[in-house]
Amino acid sequence: MSTYYASLFAEAGILLLGALSVYIILATGQLSLGNAAFMAIGAYLSSYLTVELGMPVTPALIVSAIAAGIIGVIVGFPALRLKGIYLAMATLGFGEMMRSFFINFAAMGGSGGFHGMAHISVGYIWAWAGGILVVLILVERSRVWLEMQAVHDDETAAGLVGLNTVAIKVSAFGIGAAVAAISGGLFAHHHVYIEPANFGFERSIDFVLATILGGSTLGLGSLIGAILLVFLPEFLRPIADWRLAAFGTLLILVLLVRRQGIVDRTLLRGLAFRKAAS
Amino acid sequence: MSAPLLQLNDVTKSFGGIHALSAVTSGVPEGKIVGIIGPNGAGKTTLFNVITGAYRADSGVVRLNGTALNGLPPHRIAREGIARTFQNIRLFPSMTVWEHLLVAQPHGEAWWRRLLPVGWGDPAAQVRAEEVMEFFGLTGLRDRTARSLPYGLQRRVEMARGLTARPKLLLLDEPVAGMNHDEAEEVRQLMLKLRATGLTILLIEHDMNFVMRLCDYLYVLDFGVLIAEGAPSEVRTNPRVLDAYLGKDE
Repeated sequence: MSTYYASLFAEAGILLLGALSVYIILATGQLSLGNAAFMAIGAYLSSYLTVELGMPVTPALIVSAIAAGIIGVIVGFPALRLKGIYLAMATLGFGEMMRSFFINFAAMGGSGGFHGMAHISVGYIWAWAGGILVVLILVERSRVWLEMQAVHDDETAAGLVGLNTVAIKVSAFGIGAAVAAISGGLFAHHHVYIEPANFGFERSIDFVLATILGGSTLGLGSLIGAILLVFLPEFLRPIADWRLAAFGTLLILVLLVRRQGIVDRTLLRGLAFRKAAS
Repeated sequence: MSAPLLQLNDVTKSFGGIHALSAVTSGVPEGKIVGIIGPNGAGKTTLFNVITGAYRADSGVVRLNGTALNGLPPHRIAREGIARTFQNIRLFPSMTVWEHLLVAQPHGEAWWRRLLPVGWGDPAAQVRAEEVMEFFGLTGLRDRTARSLPYGLQRRVEMARGLTARPKLLLLDEPVAGMNHDEAEEVRQLMLKLRATGLTILLIEHDMNFVMRLCDYLYVLDFGVLIAEGAPSEVRTNPRVLDAYLGKDE
């Protein structure tokens, strides 16, 4: 595999985790446009742990995920009072707040960025991304996931059938933040240099886009979305300057034809059925 | 008479200057079907919302089996043994019938088991879901999503969902609204079957014929005040009830 493709695969793995972080929160009916902030926390904290404290990268990622998870829970509480577009705006604000924080955070380089991390391989990135995806696909078949879906569909009714909607929504924020932090830690150790601009609004939008494009009702959708989002613009390179415009057009077309994203449960069931029939 | 399963004492609830409920005191005895009737805006649904914790009463006490429910969040009240349905059905549109019956069951098992795929464990929950599906005649619709079902079946799923948790008390908000005579009769039979299993039912209904033929006891609400109670035959002839429904002769 050439270095060029290796780096694209690395980006796809990092984006997959970012997309899953949005997907997990979205599964309870909450749209977060600020997950790049949790990614930044993971990137900076894990880099600090490996560079300054000499911790190996795997435990550093785990510690960062736990720390970001706790911050996610803290953010999850005020988020309970907001719905739909208002929640999206508030999380956007949180994202910008964290970015400004890191710009002013001189101890970690401020706007000049931070470096010195040891480079990690594509295989290592995909071990994390693939592992988390597989766990998530299993959890999607569990009672807990049904409870999240119930909260997503009708929060009031979910409460009245005995589900603790507060715990479910806040935990989703915590887990989503932890996954975003892993994405950030991998990003930092793949690029070996980070700066606040890496974790801006556009990054959060990429996460949401990958989730929605691939299919926001399945973890598998995030995988497809992340791969398309990274590779499609590259395959469109022959049309040079127009490739991003063409990519945008394709995106709109896909969403017009399949509002639920590329994969959903009905499609999977249909595929399984055809396989059984043949 | 022994202490009732559900006991309301002086329950009051106002919205601004409107007294939705004024000092409502009533009891629902175990194993009975009790109806609440009254004109539109009488406070019937408000009463349900206070019992289930969706609203907090301004004063008064709601007790289930002697346990005060005031101030508990809705999910805790549900876990105490109260299930309800809504006037305008509230299912989880994207979920299948089977998923509705699993999700509403209380968690007896360790929390981490709930993270495992449903098929890998928790046989008790699946047996219970099968049982309830069978009882409500939903077995053939197991994998249909709620949004794809016709109205009458959605009502059934809503009732079934409430019952998977083995509640002591089932609250039904207009269970036969929008149904024709045959469908309503089916629901009536279902309720009689449920009562026979020992379940207590409290229901709101506008269909007088239905209420009179089904309920063991009736409460009549008018502008948030209980104006009458008794067996259906007594309530039917009570002059205050006739006034509330038909208007008073001045």
